[in-house]
Amino acid sequence: MARTPIGLVGAQPDPPFEITFDGRPVPALPGQTLAAALWGAGILAWRTTRDGGRPRGAFCGIGQCYDCLATVNGEPNRRACLVPAHPGDTITTQEGHGHDRLGV
Amino acid sequence: MTASASEPEDVARSCSASGPKDSTRTAPDPVPDTGRRADAPYDLVVVGAGSAGLAGAVAASELGLSVALLDSSAQSGGQFYRHPAPALGARRPEALHHDWSAFADLRRRLHASGVDHLTGHHVWSVVKETDGTWTAHALTGADGCADAPARIRARALLLATGAYERQLPFPGWTLPGVVGAGGAQAMLKSGLVLPGRSIVVAGSGPLLLAVASSLASAGARVPAVVEAAGYLRYGRRPRALATNPRKAAEALVHAAALVRHRVPVRLRSAVTEVHGTDRVEAVTVSRLDREWRPVRGTGRRIACDALAVGHGLVPQIELAVAVGCTTRALPDGTLGLALDDLQESSVPGLWAAGETGGVGGAELARTEGELAGRVIAARLLGRPARVGATAGLRRRRDRMRAFADVMSAAHAPGPGWTGWLSDDTDVCRCEEVPAGRIREAIAACGARDARTVKLLTRAGMGWCQGRMCGTAVACLASAGSAPEPPGERRPFAVPVPLSTLAALDGSPDPASAPDSPTDPVPS
Ligand SMILES: Cc1cc2nc3c(=O)[nH]c(=O)nc-3n(C[C@H](O)[C@H](O)[C@H](O)COP(=O)(O)OP(=O)(O)OC[C@H]3O[C@@H](n4cnc5c(N)ncnc54)[C@H](O)[C@@H]3O)c2cc1C
Ligand code: FES
Repeated sequence: MARTPIGLVGAQPDPPFEITFDGRPVPALPGQTLAAALWGAGILAWRTTRDGGRPRGAFCGIGQCYDCLATVNGEPNRRACLVPAHPGDTITTQEGHGHDRLGV
Repeated sequence: MTASASEPEDVARSCSASGPKDSTRTAPDPVPDTGRRADAPYDLVVVGAGSAGLAGAVAASELGLSVALLDSSAQSGGQFYRHPAPALGARRPEALHHDWSAFADLRRRLHASGVDHLTGHHVWSVVKETDGTWTAHALTGADGCADAPARIRARALLLATGAYERQLPFPGWTLPGVVGAGGAQAMLKSGLVLPGRSIVVAGSGPLLLAVASSLASAGARVPAVVEAAGYLRYGRRPRALATNPRKAAEALVHAAALVRHRVPVRLRSAVTEVHGTDRVEAVTVSRLDREWRPVRGTGRRIACDALAVGHGLVPQIELAVAVGCTTRALPDGTLGLALDDLQESSVPGLWAAGETGGVGGAELARTEGELAGRVIAARLLGRPARVGATAGLRRRRDRMRAFADVMSAAHAPGPGWTGWLSDDTDVCRCEEVPAGRIREAIAACGARDARTVKLLTRAGMGWCQGRMCGTAVACLASAGSAPEPPGERRPFAVPVPLSTLAALDGSPDPASAPDSPTDPVPS
């Protein structure tokens, strides 16, 4: 049998549930972040950049690069690598990112 | 009393939810084992629940201090001991870790202790009040979006915020499928996922071997590990190697795993280009000369669908820099906090442990945390540390620090790496500033440091506050001479909503605030 991360750690997760990415159903395991669920489905990009319109997704994996910003349940600028997935979450590709709300 | 006795797997559900369930609660009044009243400051606030922070918190608590342990994450463990949330039901989490038992032991001590573990707390600033106490300001929730900012007060502060990964840009590094090496490791350890099926691991530093061996054990094909440095320089300091047998053993474990999975390691080489339109399809690997300059005509294409890349780690010290702590330049060109023999910084009352004082691994972090915890307890309880009680810890720390310095010197980026940057390579990922524009600012406007480049080009002004491009911009600005390490100066450690800042204005002085120390800031 092919080696997998789940097999490696002997994981017996609770049953998967569904979230959607740009309207398309994506399975997620309880305890995964949104970014992990998307990677699990082979999706690596869920944001386009403001100037170049280039695709981006998770890069640092630990909340520090802000490349993984997604619109989650209508709310923009959520770091998908930190936010846990919940049944029915809708993720939509975020176009660009602004810092209007923030004092960076 | 532990606020998160059963580590919550789940912090705030969305931005609109209130903070993590366990974490904004106030402690009972008075707290039984330390006698702390709920409205009194803690004895100690520890920021960061990785190896260093955990060890420091439990050591101080076991000696009788009231301790709050803050971390942005929902679980303890930090970067090294990152592990799946309980709902993922991992029966063998140790399969992805070296020395899991050390963490299991710390976690057991944490649960048995009176430490208040406040999860989902993103500390954006620490302030020394006029009465000498400290206030830590935190956003709450999984990604800091919950509407319940918190203030936690304490008599002493231990910063154990770890490190972030150092990146050097190269053509194509912004393509989806290019991920941080530590990032791939983190996503695997916590989410049990991989960024692709065939993953090249590249950059520099000992972390690459650990990452490649985990990815391969988890089923990825790893066509190559590409290391820009050689390992020769380790050999020049045989004493540091010989006195750190555990480190050597760890390296052997990784090397054995790589052999088992038939992963070739290419030394003195780098990924100099990534190919693909919307995601990674292949990379070009070129030989480097001693200065890390790519050698023309040596490029070889390797097919893959992901690239995990990193060039070592940078201590995460902005909270300390903002309150004036002295830093020291480390052998790999980064800055760490300058600490005395007992882990105290130049600012009295502020201690640090782990990667904040220089990158050195989980075992060193744990040793320093334990030492700091004991020293702080002795200081606060008015029992100056008996030298004997900490001598063993200090000796172990010094031995491991010596090894860390060798390692860090061996992987310091050579000045020639900018040779693989094309003018259209984005250096700043956030603001999409290409190398050409930065070179122009340097040539035409005479910019000589990262700050001036930032003002002229916006490089480093985005959400990550220069964490991803800081090293590169500093190297470009120094134009070949030894670059100044990026100053790690950021107004806030994490971006803060303007509403939170506005709410602070005119809020009562926290030292005399009637609300409990963990209550949200009134907004
Ligand atoms: C992405 C990444 C992956 C790594 N993977 C490995 C590996 O696989 N193997 C290996 O040997 N080493 C790895 N390392 C190195 C690792 O940092 C050390 O080995 C070890 O974890 C250091 O322990 P520490 O306690 O100093 O820091 P850490 O373990 O990093 O702990 C720091 C903690 O502080 C928290 N924190 C930071 N800033 C804040 C803030 N402002 N507010 C609240 N909380 C905060 C973080 O969430 C984290 O939990 C990795 C490093 C990184 C950056
Ligand atoms: S991947 Fe870097 S912040 Fe999420």
